[in-house]
Amino acid sequence: MSANVAMSRGPDVIHRDSSRMFDVEKIRRSFPILSEEIHGRPLVYLDNAATTQKPDAVIEAMNHYYRHDNANIHRGVHLLSQRATDGYEAVRVAAQSFIHARSSSEIVFVRGATEAINLVTHTYGRANVGPGDEVLITAMEHHSNIVPWQILCDEKRATLRVVPINDRGEVLIETFERLLGPRTRIVSVAHVSNALGTVNPVKQIVRMAHSRNIPVLVDGAQAAPHMPINVQDLDCDFYAFSGHKIYGPTGIGVLYGKAELLENMPPYQGGGDMISSVTFEKTIYNKLPYKFEAGTPNIAGVIGLGAAISYVNSLGIDAIANHEDELLSYATNQLSQVRGITLVGTAREKVGALSFVMEEIHPHDIGTILDQEGIAVRTGHHCAQPVMDRFGIPATVRASFGLYNTKAEIDRLVEGIEKVREILG
Amino acid sequence: MAELSDLYQEVILEHAKAPRNFRVLATPTGTAEGSNPLCGDRCSVNISMRGEVIEDVAFQGSGCAISRASASMMTQALKGKTLQEADSLFRSFHRMVTGQRNDADKSELGKLKVFGGISEFPTRVKCATLAWHTLQAALHGDREPVTTE
Repeated sequence: MSANVAMSRGPDVIHRDSSRMFDVEKIRRSFPILSEEIHGRPLVYLDNAATTQKPDAVIEAMNHYYRHDNANIHRGVHLLSQRATDGYEAVRVAAQSFIHARSSSEIVFVRGATEAINLVTHTYGRANVGPGDEVLITAMEHHSNIVPWQILCDEKRATLRVVPINDRGEVLIETFERLLGPRTRIVSVAHVSNALGTVNPVKQIVRMAHSRNIPVLVDGAQAAPHMPINVQDLDCDFYAFSGHKIYGPTGIGVLYGKAELLENMPPYQGGGDMISSVTFEKTIYNKLPYKFEAGTPNIAGVIGLGAAISYVNSLGIDAIANHEDELLSYATNQLSQVRGITLVGTAREKVGALSFVMEEIHPHDIGTILDQEGIAVRTGHHCAQPVMDRFGIPATVRASFGLYNTKAEIDRLVEGIEKVREILG
Repeated sequence: MAELSDLYQEVILEHAKAPRNFRVLATPTGTAEGSNPLCGDRCSVNISMRGEVIEDVAFQGSGCAISRASASMMTQALKGKTLQEADSLFRSFHRMVTGQRNDADKSELGKLKVFGGISEFPTRVKCATLAWHTLQAALHGDREPVTTE
């Protein structure tokens, strides 16, 4: 069926058709690394929450950029500089449309979600958080959404408050509302937990915070690969995500900020490209978003991110979400039936990742044995030590899914776990 | 190719399941805490010296099979050793697990030779050496907690 026919029937039909046409075997052929053998076995890559693999389209786009278009941006009058600038700025528009921002000037390129959060703590945070003020986060945050706020709070003699989570790994929303106080200056919360897979009710969180005029940063590193993102619908003030977790290169990511907030924030780093004029007496900063992009940026990374966004769009984020949802249900079901396995994080709304522990067997040993079977999973605390402490465990095994994973790979994971028991049980 | 059976030898699995000297000494002359921040393994080592001789040594903590077995077998190997012998044993052990084979170390290592397979699994070397690094701190009175990083 052609796309035109589907389109004429309205969005629901596109949705269903795209999921039916989600040809995972064809998709897998677009990712060269998936044909690697690991210890003599075909690779089963289930560490997508750490980083995703890259399709040919991304690798080729970066290769093409360096072979044909490389020049510095926003500077030269020569053709290559124009091509590089056009390519770079086209990705800003693609990123804007990917997360449904109002304007492309609200898209700031950064190294990744970590730098996006640090940019906000350094600029908005320093200007708006003072002694006795409070910053509110949740107990399921990644270290990158804890430590920058701790540094800010230490510097400003402010207090970091933490909303607890329940045994399923869900934020206690009533407690969250209670903790929003007169001194709360900002809320920063994961859209999706990297360690547990929990999807947080960020729209509700934003509404509650906004009713008290408190802005909200959403760390979308683990959400952007798995679900449609609409920052206007969420109404969040900041949104952060990383390119390398949505099939793009490392070293590039996006900070979205509402224009009125970005306008009033001091710059992050000083340097070239972020100014409109400089004298030794006074510097006038450039307009948005360039005010926050000092120095020559990661141009090739941006080009790669653009190719990744196009790739994801070509498959359809709804179709990807459907496919991954099926994988997560299947994996949850299969692993629940394995004797001695306890799932960690059983929220009602989950995407992407499945964390578990195994009776008497340490995750690190499981990881080594699975690796020998060609299966890549993450073992450890997943940069979320407070989450591990909450569940009273030192570490978990995490299988996390991407658009190219299959049920057959989940079967290999289950077989691998049987092997673990054979050796260590 | 590295074989899992070289890593998870029977003796290692047995010690991991039932570690020896897994306790706290009543009157230690030295204690130290160690951790591997990447995987979350924790280990505390207590020693009791009489003069230059290690009279008793015990450990506690949480970790993988390799780290528990290594700590357990370390405590067995050390009892009755002098400080100097303990340091020398640590160096031999370290050479073995990092793949710097040295025939002269073999007799000194004794039962600890079962950890030789670890050199084929570079990501697990820190599991095997955590207890040893912690021991060094306990023996030499380092106050800072030890980390493998």
